Amino acid sequence: MSKNENHPATAHSVRGYLIVYVALIVGTILTVWASFIHFPSREINIVVALVIAGTKGSLVAAYFMHLISERKMIYSVLSCTAIFFTGLMALTLWALHDFPSLTVTH
Amino acid sequence: MDIPYTVELRPDTGLYNAKVGIWLFLASEVMLFGALFSAYILLRVGAPEGYWPHGWLNVPLGTANTLVLITSSITTVLAWVSLKANQFGRFKLFHAITLLCALVFVGIKSFEYHDKFVHYEFTLKNGKFADGHMVENKLKQDGNSFTGYAVIRGHVVEDERELYDLNAHKAPAHEDIRIDGAQIAKMGNYGPWHNTYTAIYFTLTGLHALHVIGGAIVIGFLWGPGSKLWETDPERFTNRIEISGLFWHFVDLIWIFLFPVLYLL
Amino acid sequence: MTHMEATHAIPHPGVHEAHHEGSGFWRGYVFSTDHKVIGLQYGFTALCFLLFGFFLMLMMRWQIGHPGQPVPIMGPVLEKVLGQVASRGIMSPDLYNSFGAMHGTIMVFMAIVPLAFAAFGNYLVPLMIGAPDMAFPRVNMASYQAYVLGGLIMFTSFFIPGGAAQAGWTSYSPLATSIPTNGQTFWIVGMVLLITSSLLGAVNVIATIIQLRAPGMTWMRLPFFVWAQFVTAFLLLLAFPPLEAAALMQLMDKVAHTSFFLPTGLAIGGTLANVSGGGSPLLWQHLFWFLAHPEVYVLILPAMGIVAEIIANNTRKSIWGYKSLVYSILTLGFLSFIVWAHHMYLTGMGTRISTFFQTTTMIISIPSVVILTCLFMSLWGGSIRFNTPMLFVMAFLPMFGIGGLTGLPLGFSYSDLHLHDTYYVIAHFHYIVAPGTIFALFAGIYYWFPKITGRTMDEFWGRVHFWLSLVFMNLIFQPMFAQGMAGMLRRMSDGGANYSAATLGPDVSGGLSSRILHLNIFILWAAVGLGIAQVPFILNFFWSIKHGKPAGSDNPWQATTLEWQTPTPPPHGNFATPPQVYRGPYEYSVPGHDRDFTPQNEPEKA
Repeated sequence: MSKNENHPATAHSVRGYLIVYVALIVGTILTVWASFIHFPSREINIVVALVIAGTKGSLVAAYFMHLISERKMIYSVLSCTAIFFTGLMALTLWALHDFPSLTVTH
Repeated sequence: MDIPYTVELRPDTGLYNAKVGIWLFLASEVMLFGALFSAYILLRVGAPEGYWPHGWLNVPLGTANTLVLITSSITTVLAWVSLKANQFGRFKLFHAITLLCALVFVGIKSFEYHDKFVHYEFTLKNGKFADGHMVENKLKQDGNSFTGYAVIRGHVVEDERELYDLNAHKAPAHEDIRIDGAQIAKMGNYGPWHNTYTAIYFTLTGLHALHVIGGAIVIGFLWGPGSKLWETDPERFTNRIEISGLFWHFVDLIWIFLFPVLYLL
Repeated sequence: MTHMEATHAIPHPGVHEAHHEGSGFWRGYVFSTDHKVIGLQYGFTALCFLLFGFFLMLMMRWQIGHPGQPVPIMGPVLEKVLGQVASRGIMSPDLYNSFGAMHGTIMVFMAIVPLAFAAFGNYLVPLMIGAPDMAFPRVNMASYQAYVLGGLIMFTSFFIPGGAAQAGWTSYSPLATSIPTNGQTFWIVGMVLLITSSLLGAVNVIATIIQLRAPGMTWMRLPFFVWAQFVTAFLLLLAFPPLEAAALMQLMDKVAHTSFFLPTGLAIGGTLANVSGGGSPLLWQHLFWFLAHPEVYVLILPAMGIVAEIIANNTRKSIWGYKSLVYSILTLGFLSFIVWAHHMYLTGMGTRISTFFQTTTMIISIPSVVILTCLFMSLWGGSIRFNTPMLFVMAFLPMFGIGGLTGLPLGFSYSDLHLHDTYYVIAHFHYIVAPGTIFALFAGIYYWFPKITGRTMDEFWGRVHFWLSLVFMNLIFQPMFAQGMAGMLRRMSDGGANYSAATLGPDVSGGLSSRILHLNIFILWAAVGLGIAQVPFILNFFWSIKHGKPAGSDNPWQATTLEWQTPTPPPHGNFATPPQVYRGPYEYSVPGHDRDFTPQNEPEKA
């Protein structure tokens, strides 16, 4: 199976996986706790929750999905995806909030 | 000629075929959920002031489900590590836990869905709103008029917006309320049709649940009948576990975003 | 090299015949996992849909030219099959709408994409890169099955009560959701299956190109066709999922009565709709065009790939600017994701976002022009062989040019205000797809036919097919530019007759002049002519499979790319021995070589 050894050795990485697991649990508790705090504005709640979710997501992607030590080809595919994903979100939202100045809204 | 690089790595890319395939598939999944997330943002931003729900979902259950999925993720990765270390028994154990977690997740999710379907909002003819879980339903509908009565466990409010932000208002003690058909102007349960929030909630979590079920079927197959491959081609089997694992982690990753977005914010 | 050239005429027992997976009809032709069989399945199914979509159009053209008169020949059939909507053989407006929506859907999603991407891509990509098959043969089979299922659902929807979807191939909400028949639901379910099929196909093509290139087949030695398929697959992979999401949401709107795309206060037929509201109709348009603009490039890029191959082969010289072509097509693919809202200038977008999309739209024309220029330049100084495939390719170049250049006024929001939703738009994109892509696909069929069957299609009837198609295509679409600029709107079931009658008064100028309306009849007969022009093709195609002139060798066009260096037809596993690639794809007329072509797998002489 040595031919297929494209990831760091497995035996001692179990500890790494467990650390990530604990971090994810802590993150979950943290985000629930943060949601019950009334920050001065709801925007801060949103930012805090998304930052925690982003961190947890990155941990899963980086360690469980091994993206931290993946091949260049995978990175290229995923960066394209990330760019188009951002484009889809950003341009759609921009388009839907850029109205001609005299538009009557109610 | 057999198809090359099904198991061994292609020298210049350092990958085997299925690894490329699953990542391409996951890239398309990112765009799929990305489009739904942008729909969520748009509907939320576009909702009239005070009409985007907060606190409609059961946070303890959502948290439990998050922990369940995270646990299934660690067991998935450990199952793969076990195979790498040539410990088939431990692989069986870990993926048994994964499957159990999937079952628990879907179970909790169905309970939550059911809770929404028996939850009704009544617009009363006196301009007030009654809201609560149906206890007894003896209503008959004829066009826009109702006869009979219903008993709900809930409360009556003056301003509909009180029903939307459950975090801001201290919910009054819920009590059994009897509503006569004659009082009712409009009624409906909290299904997807209730408003844009329930629409996106059911769509996102429904699609996610389909992914959970699909992933569990694949992992279940590899755990059960599919594991015979371990005897003949252990390397290929290990790769299959890795690929199905990548999909499972992705499903977990989606939930990590769904949970705060739908339950907490 | 000699063992490759040992002339195998006509279908012969391939070296690997013993290897052929399973025998018998079902495994061999229906549930096959061989990329060539799947390619042919795709091709045949898609050609059938192409013809079907064309017939829908013919009937619509009759209705436009002679509104309210029974459709000749087909009228009684329509009435018998579809009933009330075609009573006395007359197309009702509802039926016209159905045919219009389904013509677009069928042509784009069930004919051209499966033909250009799935059929040609499946058959040729593994052969051209020297691979034994696609990376995931069983996924490949599943992809075809999803396509057939989606196609069947779409086709069935004609016969359900209320008929097929009526809201145009764009299916804008709230219109699509509020039409009270089930056609739209069938459309959505069909689309979800077609999208699934495309996604599986795209994953397969990309993984195949990344992983299964033969030794020595570096990225810059890939034939341009393979590059085109590679970019196309990426477009499908990343642009289709948002439409899938949108389709799911529209399905929820239709079935679970949600309001994703239904705004508050929506009135249908004068009464307030019983929906919760709060949705955004524009969201549908954004998600739809996020797919549908890249989709335009999905339609055209494989065609460009085919054209490049045939030009190189028939000019007997290397493609001019191979690297420019590759970088242009990559740029094109990338930019195609950020131009979509130029389809939506009239939705009330602000000036800043309009400017952004105008800018990207203008920028994307640069790589398109680079590609077209490279292809034109490739003709320069060649001793061109004018065979049927080459004729179609030579016509492709100016036709695509017309289609592309007429798109520029649509890319500017100011001129688009006038041209939006007129026949000008129809003429523009049909020039890209009909005399553009379809001509390239015809060229491809004539060109690769000898590899697939071991026989060539008849040259004379090929030329008849070409010249008649070229003339009638232009007679159909040129007048539409005039109609569109005169203000004739698309999607009117009477071709604008009522509209003109209503606005023309004694003191009122406007409406459509009778000369513009008479063009409808002209176009009708041109379309009939185009239909007749396809008869030689269809007969030639089927006749040549069994009785065509034997190709004489495995490489009758004396081509350099790897698909010609296999036995004919390629056996299961494609290559007798794994090929090794030594050179670029277009080494034609290299000085110092004894032949005017040097196959990619021919080693350097010591």
